[in-house]
Amino acid sequence: MNKIQSKNSAYWKKNLQTLVLLLSVWFAVSFGCGIFLTDFLNQFKLGGYPLGFWFAQQGSLFTFILLIFLYVIRMNKLDREFGVNED
Amino acid sequence: MEILTWTYLLVGLSFALYIGIAIWTRAGSTKEFYIAGGGVSPLANGMATAADWMSAASFISMAGLISFAGYDGSVYLMGWTGGYVLLALLLAPYLRKFGKFTVPDFVGDRYYSHKARVVAVICALFISFTYVAGQMRGVGIVFSRYLEVPIEWGVVIGMCIVFFYAVLGGMKGITYTQVAQYCVLIFAYMVPAIFISIQLTGNPIPQLGLGGTLEDGVPLLQKLDGILADLGFAEYTSGRKSITDIFMITLALMVGTAGLPHVIVRFFTVPKVKDARLSAGYALAFIAILYTTAPAVAAFGIFNTIQSTSEKKIEDLPAWVQTWQKTNLITIEDKNKDGRVQYSANQESNELSIDKDIMVLASPEIAELPNWVVGLVAAGAMAAALSTAAGLLLVISTSVSRDLVKTFKPEISEKKELRIARLAAAGAVILAGYFGVNPPGFVAEVVAFAFGLAAASFFPVIILGIFSTRTNKEGAITGMIAGLVFTLIYISYFKFISPDQNNPSYWWWGISPEGIGTIGMLINFSCCYLISKLTPPPPGHVQDLIQEIRIPKGAGQAHDH
Repeated sequence: MNKIQSKNSAYWKKNLQTLVLLLSVWFAVSFGCGIFLTDFLNQFKLGGYPLGFWFAQQGSLFTFILLIFLYVIRMNKLDREFGVNED
Repeated sequence: MEILTWTYLLVGLSFALYIGIAIWTRAGSTKEFYIAGGGVSPLANGMATAADWMSAASFISMAGLISFAGYDGSVYLMGWTGGYVLLALLLAPYLRKFGKFTVPDFVGDRYYSHKARVVAVICALFISFTYVAGQMRGVGIVFSRYLEVPIEWGVVIGMCIVFFYAVLGGMKGITYTQVAQYCVLIFAYMVPAIFISIQLTGNPIPQLGLGGTLEDGVPLLQKLDGILADLGFAEYTSGRKSITDIFMITLALMVGTAGLPHVIVRFFTVPKVKDARLSAGYALAFIAILYTTAPAVAAFGIFNTIQSTSEKKIEDLPAWVQTWQKTNLITIEDKNKDGRVQYSANQESNELSIDKDIMVLASPEIAELPNWVVGLVAAGAMAAALSTAAGLLLVISTSVSRDLVKTFKPEISEKKELRIARLAAAGAVILAGYFGVNPPGFVAEVVAFAFGLAAASFFPVIILGIFSTRTNKEGAITGMIAGLVFTLIYISYFKFISPDQNNPSYWWWGISPEGIGTIGMLINFSCCYLISKLTPPPPGHVQDLIQEIRIPKGAGQAHDH
């Protein structure tokens, strides 16, 4: 395996780690807090919102946006670090 | 000015704007026609994607669906936004790096097979046609309710507008009109929502208003739970469907969103891989403005409707109730002849039926806003329907000209290919218009098809195509067909063959037809994996292709390989 190839596969490995981390949060917030734990979380209040209901109709959507922007920042950094960026 | 004058004025102005943009940005080459020349900025692409994605259903019907479903309506909110995380992280950057024009392009090249490509084209056409018929119908309904023209004429006018800018401008024209349409639709959605939020809770931000308190100091949601419980309905903030079904539907909608060809193709139009990632973020942010407002509109709407009708004398009902009774979106039948309206969960004594579309369409009148706001909402609903229709028509025309004609007759000239693309777009507009005027009785049902099929066909094959070097054409073709056939049969059985059995006691594992796409997707994944293990790995040039799309460097312009 030459140098570029091993560098590329190291980049890919880091990329996969990032994906696993971000998608775990994606799953935990939407399916976890928004569906499986809703009834439990509804005993807590966020302003006038029952917390589980807030996660299902507001919180998970905000989290999704945040996750994509974190991904953008992380990948731009990785691209530069491994010299696979486009500019 | 009268409501009708304002509506004509604002809808007319918005149409003039779209046509102006179409003339200014018309496409000159196939590359401009298919992917806008690949030079769209991430921000513009984000807005265009948001308009492309938010259909007449999102704009007109979603809030009303949530009004009556309460917590269960969350499946739409999470399902139709969570898919963008999958798109941004798992699909968009790699497909942009792949650098061709369509989803079947990718399937055909990655699985080195015309057969795989044709299966993908059939899926793309089926998904897009079911969707576009609904949009045309939406345009017709808006015309007939606000402009007092028959639905048929509304559809024809809508067809002419879309025809003009989709056929002339291709992806380039569509992209920039979608940017304008996003601005129109989001403004139209937010204005009434903000005013209603101020009226009820004193908070101008609907997202905070929904969690706010009413004048008497009681939280809105708590009050709503109480009112609904008194009338015999389930509480607004707790679930009614089984958790399994909620989970399955949400996942099917998310994965389906990420597999819809007209959404995926938008990420081919940006210059670089990093722009594809960024524009998915912008797209979701723009979509979420509407999607986090919708639950507020939903709760405000059902609260206002019940407060202003329940136990009220029929002759004292507010003016908007009478206006919308004319269109049959609200019907009142005084069953016990006491001269008052009884709203109840009990079908026998309930005297009020409300169409879900009321929650958005009547919102300016409920909030007693000036007449121009009504015109604005009409223009917004039209923008939502037209932008989605245009995006879908482009997928249809591209599928015909590029994925079918060009694949089997690679020698045709670019000029001829462009002419075929335009002809196909024209044909698709006419066919969609026909279905808009004569809707098959099952428009609502076929939407379940579109998402289920996208989830069960495209999503697994594209994901494995990128993340697994071992998945081969045998696996992909079997997977797509198995996922597709399973989902198709399950939905058809409960929607068309035995609709009387469409309830949890007959469903497999308690999964409704809306959520079965999740199982279809799992079947597709398993077939892909198993069959690929048993058959030879993909050839060397495909292995190289996979390695290449994993690395952003060298994306360059989209091109014909």
